[in-house]
Amino acid sequence: MTKKIAIIDYGMGNLGSVQMAFRQLGVDLSIYDNIENLSNADAFILPGVGAFPQAILNLKKYEIFEFLNEQVIEKKKPILGICLGMQLMANQSLEQGITEGFGWIDGIVTPIEPTEVLHVPHVGWNNLVIKKDDDIFNNIDDGAHFFFDQSYKFEVSNKKNILGICEYGKNIVSVLRKKHIFGTQFHPEKSQRNGLKMLRNYLKFVENHNE
Amino acid sequence: MLKTRIIGVIIIKNGWVVQSINFRKFLPVGQLNIVVEYFNQWGIDEIVILDIDATREGRSPNFDMIKSASSFSQTPLSVGGGIKSIKDMESLLRAGADKLVINTQLINNISLIEEGSHLFGNQCMVASIDAIKVGNSYEVFNAYQDCANLTVEKLAIDCENQGAGEIFLNSVDRDGMKLGLDIRLGQIVRDSLSIPLILCGGVGKSSDLVEGVRNGFDAVAAANFFHFTEMSVIAAKEFILRSGCNIRFDSFATYSGANFDKFLDRPTRLSEVDLEKLRFEYIPEEFI
Repeated sequence: MTKKIAIIDYGMGNLGSVQMAFRQLGVDLSIYDNIENLSNADAFILPGVGAFPQAILNLKKYEIFEFLNEQVIEKKKPILGICLGMQLMANQSLEQGITEGFGWIDGIVTPIEPTEVLHVPHVGWNNLVIKKDDDIFNNIDDGAHFFFDQSYKFEVSNKKNILGICEYGKNIVSVLRKKHIFGTQFHPEKSQRNGLKMLRNYLKFVENHNE
Repeated sequence: MLKTRIIGVIIIKNGWVVQSINFRKFLPVGQLNIVVEYFNQWGIDEIVILDIDATREGRSPNFDMIKSASSFSQTPLSVGGGIKSIKDMESLLRAGADKLVINTQLINNISLIEEGSHLFGNQCMVASIDAIKVGNSYEVFNAYQDCANLTVEKLAIDCENQGAGEIFLNSVDRDGMKLGLDIRLGQIVRDSLSIPLILCGGVGKSSDLVEGVRNGFDAVAAANFFHFTEMSVIAAKEFILRSGCNIRFDSFATYSGANFDKFLDRPTRLSEVDLEKLRFEYIPEEFI
């Protein structure tokens, strides 16, 4: 890797797991929580295990919110949001009240409603249904298993941004992309070989990205 | 479609992986990192690590141990034992845990679940309840607190209301007994919940896991069963799959050609002819 990718630490998320997964691919990524170090990066990973409002609160407290807006939208640096990290890209979330997100991808985050047979959280291994071919899916089969753990879903307004879904009662957006912005609802760092393949594809995208 | 999860539980005592029998007797197995590495390679769907000494010794979780073990797992890792504060939770997540398992604090300080789910989301909070059969009902068992007359269903509902994302339900009576899962216990608790339930305790052979899957539980778990057998997870999953159950089977190896014995559900030895055929088969390593 000639490009530097930073894992964003905003006090939430399974940062260790994400770092370990990249180590499996032979890449050592740094975890940073301050904008001085983060601004040296060529691309980002935004992990996330947590609640939406607290995440936004922390991003603002660490002064990362405005910084990321500038880095991703103006400087066009690639970013991969994982789980909550993907949901943070929405206009707003209805988790614990209404909270504004980054608004990079149009849509809102809404609760998954439990039914008699479908429990919430949606947790476990589900099949990824590929809706639109993309290099992020290189060497990954349609229907491959990925690990999900979510109580909220991202309802994306523009179908063009949706690359993959899974089925849990309704369709749940699982992979999205808008130019250099990527998001996965599942946890690639916890999806064994399929997940590592997707992280490898993101590394390749970053390596070839010139803007 | 969402698959029923097959979960491997790893019990830690004195820093070693052990098998547990009735929560009273323990047999040593070996080192945590090695067990985690094997479970992960064999395609287990999730790993639960429970340090059963931490609370008794009044100490925090062993963060270094989890940090080391998590580097061997690309499958979700739930960690329990000794979690008493938000700080413990943060440190565990930083060490590589994906979910937090709370047991004793459900009795002492159930609001810990609410605080944790508020910060980390409810998908992160697993409430672990140990059940003991008393007459016709099930009471909560806790080694450090008197829980007489507290029914398992009542505590499970409280946990869900506090914001737990899953219930990990273990049967003390079945623990290590190889008598099969306590399906009735699971049904009683599940019927009062809208969050997923993981049923554990008593698995002695693969058909015990099948029974759990067929009864519609979100996840079935076993600890002792997966130890001391080479590729135990793959063999069990092959058996479950053949029973027509909907589970994930992604591992590098299969037992697709094997026969299973009728008593222990284990793959039988291949015939000499089949073994001879295998001798020069080249299986290239997949490069990611």
